[in-house]
Amino acid sequence: MTITLDQTIAQKTHTPLALLLRSQVFWVFVAIVAACIFLSFATDSFATSKNIFNITRNVTFTAIIALGMTMVIIIGGIDLSVGSVLCLSSMMLAITMHAGYGLEIGITVAIVTSLAVGAFNGVLIAYLGFPPFVVTLGMLSIARSLAMVASNNTVVFEFGPDHARLLDLGGGAWLFGIANPVLYMIALAIIVGFILRWTKFGRHLYAIGGNESAAILTGVPVRLIKVAVYMISALSAGIAGIIQTGWLGAVTTNIGTGMELQVIAAAVIGGASLVGGVGTAIGALIGAALIEIIRNSLGLLGINAFWQGAFIGGCIIIAVAFERVRQLRSSE
Amino acid sequence: MAILELANVSKHFGAIQAVNDVSFSLEAGEVVGLMGDNGAGKSTLVKMIAGNFSPSEGTMRMDGQPLNMHRPVDARRHGIEIVHQDLALCNNLTAAANVFLGREVHRWFGPLRVLDYSRMYKRSAEIFAELKSETRPRDLIKSMSGGQRQAVAIARTRLSDAKVVLMDEPTAAISVRQVAEVLNLIRRLRDQGVTVVLISHRMPDVFDVADRVIVLRRGRMVADRRIAESSPEEVTGLITGAIERV
Ligand SMILES: Nc1ncnc2c1ncn2[C@@H]1O[C@H](COP(=O)(O)OP(=O)(O)O)[C@@H](O)[C@H]1O
Ligand SMILES: [Mg+2]
Repeated sequence: MTITLDQTIAQKTHTPLALLLRSQVFWVFVAIVAACIFLSFATDSFATSKNIFNITRNVTFTAIIALGMTMVIIIGGIDLSVGSVLCLSSMMLAITMHAGYGLEIGITVAIVTSLAVGAFNGVLIAYLGFPPFVVTLGMLSIARSLAMVASNNTVVFEFGPDHARLLDLGGGAWLFGIANPVLYMIALAIIVGFILRWTKFGRHLYAIGGNESAAILTGVPVRLIKVAVYMISALSAGIAGIIQTGWLGAVTTNIGTGMELQVIAAAVIGGASLVGGVGTAIGALIGAALIEIIRNSLGLLGINAFWQGAFIGGCIIIAVAFERVRQLRSSE
Repeated sequence: MAILELANVSKHFGAIQAVNDVSFSLEAGEVVGLMGDNGAGKSTLVKMIAGNFSPSEGTMRMDGQPLNMHRPVDARRHGIEIVHQDLALCNNLTAAANVFLGREVHRWFGPLRVLDYSRMYKRSAEIFAELKSETRPRDLIKSMSGGQRQAVAIARTRLSDAKVVLMDEPTAAISVRQVAEVLNLIRRLRDQGVTVVLISHRMPDVFDVADRVIVLRRGRMVADRRIAESSPEEVTGLITGAIERV
């Protein structure tokens, strides 16, 4: 009796292969690979190193913010302010450097600004009980407006004494010819993946998204964690803003417009569930990659760019349908 | 000697007086049934003892020391564990993750402090074996039966050497066979000198394992009787109000 009981307890639930086949990330990855194979045969320009370089670099801005957004979505929240925070961060960096300060000071100002915005969102949501949707929608408007006020709505393209360093930071390729933004994205994805899988903090994010009141009852510091997560989300937008500034070499007050939707789409396509409790770092990257490939391929295939929204929206709905099917299966 | 003493404890939520002037003391190694109708204040009372709520009035003492608790961890530090009525489990996490929620075990990976999955799986498996429950540490809660969920919630209380274990309706949603298992577990805890407070609607459970029964009615304590000196009829009368007070 005890032996059979022990054996039952020790039994593994799923084989690794079964888990893989059930994961949305895997199927999106398969879709990406299939699309790449198709495109390299169907067009001459897809599989060129220049196009690959462009795709990988374009993916990064969405992907970096999607990493932060995935954490927000895991705790059952949403952050609509990321596009505006990206703009505000870029603008703070640009103005500070334009005024003659060095790169380090510019980056510090941009990051502190982003963290302050995230803390403001987080405190309103976690301590005052405001709905995340409304708070971050308000911040979407506020942050961009602040960027306009700070810059007097001008374009900044001169970054003072450290101008060349900033452009190198965003536009260079320091390692094996891989664009710098891609390197930052990989580093950040590893950090976020590590946090989600291997730390107590990460574990608690899933717990909050799974059952917030259970997390509170077992003594998880839910409010503090929520504030931290909204700060991380804003930080990821701020970092993307810094990198994008260096890459573009100019900042206008409309960069990052509409980015929040693309980022949320990437997270959801990558398997994050808007009801909370589910999501991975690799999913954020894969989701961002699929969106970029759709965008890139429509251009190469000569399909009218106006179709972009329809394709990306279709992917979101398919991703949610996937999740729905799994839910129905598991509730049987 | 009393291990836990409550003196004139009350709790109100705005205008609702959930618990009203309750006093009793618990001895080491006794099983006390806590009974009362829905809304009588049972859950609120044990949540105060477990550090989830702080009392509006009154004092609680553990081993003669005043209990000053702001968070559930404070109660755990005093040796008080609770199994919540709704079990407080996260469906999207594994059994082991739920057992260790809020007190995860770590190990060093180079300079990094990381979750020690294998220790947590191993310890959970040991506890499930001890509870004689067919629960696999790696299974997700959402795929589990009511009895298995109960086992996961109870397993939490076995992580530390608790002196007082509070169980809020542990037998409400499980099969007959598993009710017997839970009652056996309660006896095992008692034999180790643990004090158990058992909230239950089921008269047979309380008369089976408890030494004493405390009855709440609309937030007030209306009885504190030895089981041997009471009867299910009397307790039923106390719960409904047919018997005013003893
Ligand atoms: N967090 C809370 N906020 C407001 N009222 C509450 C809260 N928890 C319990 N109550 C109220 O306190 C009373 C006692 O509830 P409870 O302790 O859950 O009763 P029982 O567990 O005996 O069924 C009920 O009227 C309930 O509505
Ligand atoms: Mg109750």
